[in-house]
Amino acid sequence: MNSHPITPRWEHFEHGADIGIRGIASTPEQAFEQAALAMTAVITDPERVSRATAVAVTCEAPDAELLFVSWINELIYLMAVRGLLFSRYQVAIQDGHLSATAFGEAVDRQKHQPAVEIKGATFTELRVQQRDDGAWLAQCVVDV
Amino acid sequence: MDIRQLLQRDETCWEIRPHGAMRVPAVIYADASLLRDMDQKVHEQICNVATLPGIVEAAYAMPDAHWGYGFPIGGVAAFDPDRGGVVSAGGVGFDISCGVRTLHTGLNIAELRPHKQALADALYKVIPAGVGSKGHIHLNHERMHGMLTGGARWALEQGFGEKSDLERIEEQGCMAGAEAHDVSPKARERQKDEMGTLGSGNHYLEVQRVAEIFDQKVANVFGLHIDDVVIGIHCGSRGLGHQIGTEFLKDMAMAAAQYQIALPDRELACAPLNSPLGKQYLGAMRAAINCALANRQIITHLTRQAVAKVFPGIHLGLLYDVSHNTCKLEQHTINGQKQSVFVHRKGATRAFGPGHPDLPAVFKEVGQPVLIGGSMGTSSYVLCGTQESERRAFSSACHGAGRAMSRHQATKQWQGRTLVDELASRGIIIRSPSLRGVAEEAPGAYKDVGTVVDVADRAGLAGKVARMEPLICIKG
Repeated sequence: MNSHPITPRWEHFEHGADIGIRGIASTPEQAFEQAALAMTAVITDPERVSRATAVAVTCEAPDAELLFVSWINELIYLMAVRGLLFSRYQVAIQDGHLSATAFGEAVDRQKHQPAVEIKGATFTELRVQQRDDGAWLAQCVVDV
Repeated sequence: MDIRQLLQRDETCWEIRPHGAMRVPAVIYADASLLRDMDQKVHEQICNVATLPGIVEAAYAMPDAHWGYGFPIGGVAAFDPDRGGVVSAGGVGFDISCGVRTLHTGLNIAELRPHKQALADALYKVIPAGVGSKGHIHLNHERMHGMLTGGARWALEQGFGEKSDLERIEEQGCMAGAEAHDVSPKARERQKDEMGTLGSGNHYLEVQRVAEIFDQKVANVFGLHIDDVVIGIHCGSRGLGHQIGTEFLKDMAMAAAQYQIALPDRELACAPLNSPLGKQYLGAMRAAINCALANRQIITHLTRQAVAKVFPGIHLGLLYDVSHNTCKLEQHTINGQKQSVFVHRKGATRAFGPGHPDLPAVFKEVGQPVLIGGSMGTSSYVLCGTQESERRAFSSACHGAGRAMSRHQATKQWQGRTLVDELASRGIIIRSPSLRGVAEEAPGAYKDVGTVVDVADRAGLAGKVARMEPLICIKG
């Protein structure tokens, strides 16, 4: 299916009150990583965030979409309780189980100028699917 | 929204007849102009709500309704527990018991004017706002338990506030039926250093001037006079509520098949009120309501300290405290019969009318204050509950303006710095840790709150009492 290389990338999409995060890549794992970068970008420019700290993340769910929401929500939880921002992610998925490492640093209000805190990942516009061109897409709206 | 799909009942009331899986009609309160601008998604979402088991009378959308999560923001729906009725985590939202509290200062604008900058500085210094801000209170296991079950009453016992505050908070400051053991370790962890913090997004603390009175008699009862200075606080249950919403949304989505609930949208995830999962959610959600009430109580205490630094000896009394993301067991008249139902208000304010037994004596004659928050540069409103509102939408009214454009569009159109300067030239001081946050919350990104409030008034959902203009805004 992958007739041409797909550059992993993230983007935001519009939602009336909040904002959508989307990752596009050649594997579901990379799409999850990219979407998580899109989430960081809701708060601050990921380029401003160093990778000094590594945190292990695990979660599971009965289907890919719930797994995606659980992944993003685990990150939101870790950011909140550990006071961190992340700028790189490494994700592995097997049989509905996700294990990952998130790399980042402590929030610095001067350096990062965080715009907003994310309350949670929602099921709105929630999709994890392979497109016709072979690329995987993972997306949802986050409530801010 | 395409208004040809709707049946107009009167000037501000539009009905969608039951079709497909809808069990009851959907009703939208708006005028033709608000409706035309309303997101088509509101139509879809309010019809979806009308399909849920045990819904009674109708699914309602308030004049500020916009695209939400499962429920539209501005959605109201009541469920009968004895007819398979459900409770929906999405129908309450992530920011459980987010609400507005208004404080009297006893000052007028002339007294404030020379000290405005000093007051802005004092408030910004004392009130933790924005991402990464921490409160000054650490909750150990015992204090956490006390907070989850006691709400603002617990805060008072800890020395935050005055006894007279309680009667001017919905539920007298403490939500009954909160079950601390239904609140997960993660939700507790997320809250242990967040008490007394504003949060971010559209949350704020604002110093306002009463700029217009619409109903002198009720304004007198509420203690509002032209040029009075009041303080508005808009925030909710912080990380604890967000985590509870997150966890139960997933649990309810996974359990829907087990309860044989056909969900038109996964986000409408719900569980029967009488099921173990439904009861667990109610216990946890009520604990989150207490968290929000305690949070606004602590912020009130901090506000009092800050204001007293600039105006020594001043006393700040409460006008009222309302929550606009809740599910509460209430008595309503349905088909002529008094009935106990669980009313979801997602982005909607309770608006009990005159004589309601749950109101404190001071508001018995005129109805409860309905506090409508503005958006930085725009007006806020005080309305009052009406008799008619009971018949219209289980005594519910709007909660704010609602966004007119996305955060992205807002940052494209406005720059934080320019906006702060523009507002300053209009006499509004903004204090915020994030200029991008300010741009995303630009007043122009919201609908005109005045129009929304006018329609709520004309529809009989709540009566207009006073309009306030912002003077100082501490933005998260």
